[in-house]
Amino acid sequence: MNSLIVLPILLPLLVGAACVLAWRYVAAQRILTLAGSIGYLAVSVVLLERVASEGIQAVQKGDWIAPFGITLVADMFSAVMVATTGVVTLVIVVYSLGSMDRPREAWGYYPLFNILIMGVSGAFLTGDIFNLFVWFEVLLISSFVLLALGGERAQLEGAIKYVTLNLVASAFFLAAVGILYAMAGSLNMADLSQRLGSAADPGLVTTLAVLFLVAFGIKGAIFPLFFWLPASYHTPPVAVSAIFGGLLTKVGVYALIRVFTLLFLNNVDYTHTIILWVGAITMVTGVLGAVAQYEFRRLLSFHIVSQIGYMIMGLGFFTPLAMAGTVFFIVHNIFVKTNLFLVSGVSHRIHGTYDLKKLGGLYRAHPWVGMLFLLSALSLAGVPPLSGFFGKLALVKAGLNIEQFVVVAAALGVSLLTLFSMTKIWAEAFWKPLPEGTETHAPGAGIGLMLGGIVTLAVLAVVMGVAAGPLFVLAQQAGEQLMNPAPYIEAVLRVRGAS
Amino acid sequence: MEALLAIVIGVLYASGVYMLMRRSIVKLIIGLALLAHGASLLVFTAAGLTRAVPPVIPYGEKAVTAVADPLPQALILTAIVISFGVQAFAMVLAYRAYQTVGTDDLDDMKATDT
Repeated sequence: MNSLIVLPILLPLLVGAACVLAWRYVAAQRILTLAGSIGYLAVSVVLLERVASEGIQAVQKGDWIAPFGITLVADMFSAVMVATTGVVTLVIVVYSLGSMDRPREAWGYYPLFNILIMGVSGAFLTGDIFNLFVWFEVLLISSFVLLALGGERAQLEGAIKYVTLNLVASAFFLAAVGILYAMAGSLNMADLSQRLGSAADPGLVTTLAVLFLVAFGIKGAIFPLFFWLPASYHTPPVAVSAIFGGLLTKVGVYALIRVFTLLFLNNVDYTHTIILWVGAITMVTGVLGAVAQYEFRRLLSFHIVSQIGYMIMGLGFFTPLAMAGTVFFIVHNIFVKTNLFLVSGVSHRIHGTYDLKKLGGLYRAHPWVGMLFLLSALSLAGVPPLSGFFGKLALVKAGLNIEQFVVVAAALGVSLLTLFSMTKIWAEAFWKPLPEGTETHAPGAGIGLMLGGIVTLAVLAVVMGVAAGPLFVLAQQAGEQLMNPAPYIEAVLRVRGAS
Repeated sequence: MEALLAIVIGVLYASGVYMLMRRSIVKLIIGLALLAHGASLLVFTAAGLTRAVPPVIPYGEKAVTAVADPLPQALILTAIVISFGVQAFAMVLAYRAYQTVGTDDLDDMKATDT
């Protein structure tokens, strides 16, 4: 049983290492990565089922008794995030098989991709704040190389901004961890949760909370710390853009939610009010930035920022329903956002550009691609009965329950603007006739694999809408666990080194 | 000693941030290195400075009193290794960017901003 939590970290590590060993044999790397991602998905689903049926799973590696040693914990939220990662990873791998160019494959795309997934899983599953820092660095260093791999001018310029701001965030994070240790004398998050509750100096705890908010805020791209994101996410190949846009920023959001539901509960009125308003401003600025864009992927990048705002807003509401809505919304957003990036890759494959002004006529030439885009776009905007509607419904209802009318109004207005900018992509890239001078290519080899990935995620967006009831039950479990940290603490500290 | 180290940390942070705001890409990397050093030293100082009592239990004894806490040093060691690797990457990235763009001026690297 104990090895189950380790597998989502261990499996990508082994596959990544095997890919390095098979450096010259790209075909072998492809097969290994595909097999690894299928295995990862299977493991993550088993883990989710185990957590749903038996409650929070925790394990102490290295045989030290908690709060020492290496703690791995899977509560409902972690398990849902790992399972979502499993789905998206498999889709991106399939899409990469069809779309990644040979030089990038030969220069280590697959090993890096696997290590990136290992870092993401580690961040989701660790129960130790310093290990969280280390996992963040693991995923950051692989994302740095993935972003710059290929060495095009735009990639390098984007990578410099991405690297700089993420390293500044890491310095903040490390400093915050150091002060936290000095104050509470522990790094285990469950242990910290108990110790901070009776901290001698509540003012210092609040200061520290804000330091963590800044560190994770940069990594999660909240207002006013998001500027690195739209400057870099549209530069690498589309499969890399998709995994960054879909998954990576959500790791920052995950970390924010984790520390602000487990550690910093001394002064909820103060910290969560800041979070709530930061969330509202993030939503609005993100979508306003998106409306002004004419580059397919840059427009989507601004939408990432906007949707991070919804998640942060849910954390700011801080009720069980809001947390459930946030979890549901994060999963929905990972699927849909990834899919929109993948569709932009298909339009690039056909017309060789991401510029919306030069695109056109895609619906007439490829109606099915148009329908797939429309499903994801409407889901992102929150049109029923697709997945986005239910996440937003829960968040809005949670906001109305605690009478935060201004923030709820902002959220609804942002939804409308989201719909508007999605309509803009639809009108420019799909509906209007193809402008003169834009070349058209045959889709070429691999288009089937690319479309396979897109269809899978589009179907999931529909399923998450139609079967929202049973899935929302899982999100509610996650929300309740987040709002009541006692079982989490008990699960971690109860484990007495039995490995 | 704490006061002195606090001043050193402050100077490291201030000069790091100042370097980050310069236009040259080389100074940007120096700034990142200074920030990382500042953060490491902050962890070291915040956890408390204990002189001349290494955390070693003599053979045959069980309990020890007031030894230096070894954990912050382990944390810093990890952080230094990570920042070493990341900064090595940043230098290569900066050099590649300089080769490709043909300048080390960050104000000329705006192709992705519009």
